[in-house]
Amino acid sequence: MRTIIFFLVSVLSLTSFSQNYPSGKSILDKVDNNMSAKTRIITAKMEIADLRATRTMVSKSYSIGDKKGYTEYLTPAREKGTKMLKLENQLWIYSPSTDRTIQISGHMLRQSVMGSDMSYEDMMNDKPLLEQYKADVTGEETVNGRKCWVVLLTAIIPDVSYFTQKMWIDQEKFVPLKIEAFAKGGKLLKRTTLTNVQKVQGRWFPMSMVYKDMLKQGEGTKMTIQELQMDASIPASYFNLGNLK
Amino acid sequence: MIKFLLNGLLRDKTRSLLPIIVVSLGVMMTVFLQAYMGGIFADSIETTANFSSGHVKVMTQAYKENQSQIPNDYAIMGINDVMKKLKTTYPDMTWIDRIQFGGLLDAPDSKGVTRSQGNVMGMGIHLLGNQDEINRMDLKSKLLTGHFPQKKGEVMITDELFRKMNLKLGDRVTLISNSMYGDMAMYNFVVSGTIHFGTSALDKGMIIADIEDVRAALNMENAAGEVLGFFNDSPYVDSKAKELSSEFNAGNTKKSDQFSLAMLPMSGIGGMDFMIAYSENAQYIIIFIFVFAMSIVLWNAGLVGGLRRYGEFGLRMAIGESKHEIYRSLIGESLLVGLMGSVIGISIGLVFSWLMQRNGIDIRGMMRNSNMMMPSIIRAQITTTTYFIGFIPGVLSTVIGSMLAGIGVYKRQTANLFKELEG
Repeated sequence: MRTIIFFLVSVLSLTSFSQNYPSGKSILDKVDNNMSAKTRIITAKMEIADLRATRTMVSKSYSIGDKKGYTEYLTPAREKGTKMLKLENQLWIYSPSTDRTIQISGHMLRQSVMGSDMSYEDMMNDKPLLEQYKADVTGEETVNGRKCWVVLLTAIIPDVSYFTQKMWIDQEKFVPLKIEAFAKGGKLLKRTTLTNVQKVQGRWFPMSMVYKDMLKQGEGTKMTIQELQMDASIPASYFNLGNLK
Repeated sequence: MIKFLLNGLLRDKTRSLLPIIVVSLGVMMTVFLQAYMGGIFADSIETTANFSSGHVKVMTQAYKENQSQIPNDYAIMGINDVMKKLKTTYPDMTWIDRIQFGGLLDAPDSKGVTRSQGNVMGMGIHLLGNQDEINRMDLKSKLLTGHFPQKKGEVMITDELFRKMNLKLGDRVTLISNSMYGDMAMYNFVVSGTIHFGTSALDKGMIIADIEDVRAALNMENAAGEVLGFFNDSPYVDSKAKELSSEFNAGNTKKSDQFSLAMLPMSGIGGMDFMIAYSENAQYIIIFIFVFAMSIVLWNAGLVGGLRRYGEFGLRMAIGESKHEIYRSLIGESLLVGLMGSVIGISIGLVFSWLMQRNGIDIRGMMRNSNMMMPSIIRAQITTTTYFIGFIPGVLSTVIGSMLAGIGVYKRQTANLFKELEG
């Protein structure tokens, strides 16, 4: 009898404890409200630490929502003038040395962006998370001294790059501080850590990110935002295929 | 005794003619097959060495571990110094740096938009102002149209890919590949010529460009994927290559450093170990087959001949010769037959082998859809072994055949032999 009472008490206490967590959806909505903007202009430095050396490149990106994006590489000399254009689910890359614009599709989407730990597929994934994943809050943990919700995302549609994702979301600023992406078999594929969270135009934003492809050797790719403008006006011509040349 | 046996053989043609013909034919085929197979194996091994593996290959350890993926991110950096060191340390070898790569070849239309694409495997070799690699890889015989790259930015592609992509000589194509640092690399080439290897795996999509162009395309300045080494004074010798590799690795390979250099003998490259071992042992397989087959034929010939000679054996025993002496004389006769047959067979076999070595057989038509790396013309190869190998089956088979047939002498009763003499 005492065992049954103990079991019931345990179940009830666990249920009541889990009910203290906000829903995964509400947390992701808050993240979205905090970080999304109508437009963004970002100048960023990307440091790619591979096995031999660290390469640094600077790019300037313009985006409207999640559907349209345009990036131009400013340095180093070899990459200068390389441009990428994303329109909905299509991606083109322009190489100034060949004066050619090539559409990236099929298996090429799995290739690395400029040798970094990010793939074009990662860049292209613009669907809202809640359309692709079921979000459950599984607990609370501290990341870099900040209390975070641990949100587990499980795919609800078949064609996702990562079957599950685990996000550590700052409970106060509603910014993800760590993201881990897993394959269906549970293998950790990518880890992203986000730091230096600053308030820009009234929104909290991580100004430094380290992407690590867990299947690649090397230290990962560090992205540092040097300049961030949100909701600025961007000419429509930026998102024109003809603008790439 | 030898003169006595020889006179017997020469005077009684029924005793010697058939065995000599059988031995000559068998020996001739042994000699020809040894030279022919030796030639094919040696040529195939050298073709593979010249085309992809070298007699030895120097790579970084990490590249060696993942060779099948052509991991240029593990390429050898500072290749100029590495080449200088290899040439100084091993002056009796030829050293060549090459880059292999994979990618996509994209042909634009007049507006620069993709018109056709094809998956390619590529090779960057020294082409500009240098005929060595063209000769080494026998590329002249594979050139179908156009010319080899004569200036920067030119590329040769296989005829099959050329037609599939609907290209013309002089067309601009863009190589889309991965640089040494893993990022996407794009580079324009002009198609200068087409080639046909006669090997479907290569003909499906192979491109060859000058190594400096490939370096520029893949951001591999002063780097190369691999360095191939060739013995100057001999074709591939496995023991020599293994010894050299061990010596090199002892001084250069560091377990803790995946970019340290490692040397691999040709037999260490996937699939080549079996081929090399097989080529080394093929002659023994041929000898065994012919000794076995000819022994059976000569055993039977000996049995037939022995039956006919029982009268003679009876007479010889009557005048005091023992069975043992008769048996020994039979073997002595067979030894002479074997030697005579071998000399005739080797002579004829050498003539055919020499013709095959000189003229060869053009197998390009037969190899159109093959997956094997074979020379376009197969030739026999006469070596020192070719001159002597025929004696082994020639003499062994006649002696074994006689020994087996001669046993009948012991099995028969002496009285019967006398009886046959009377008959």
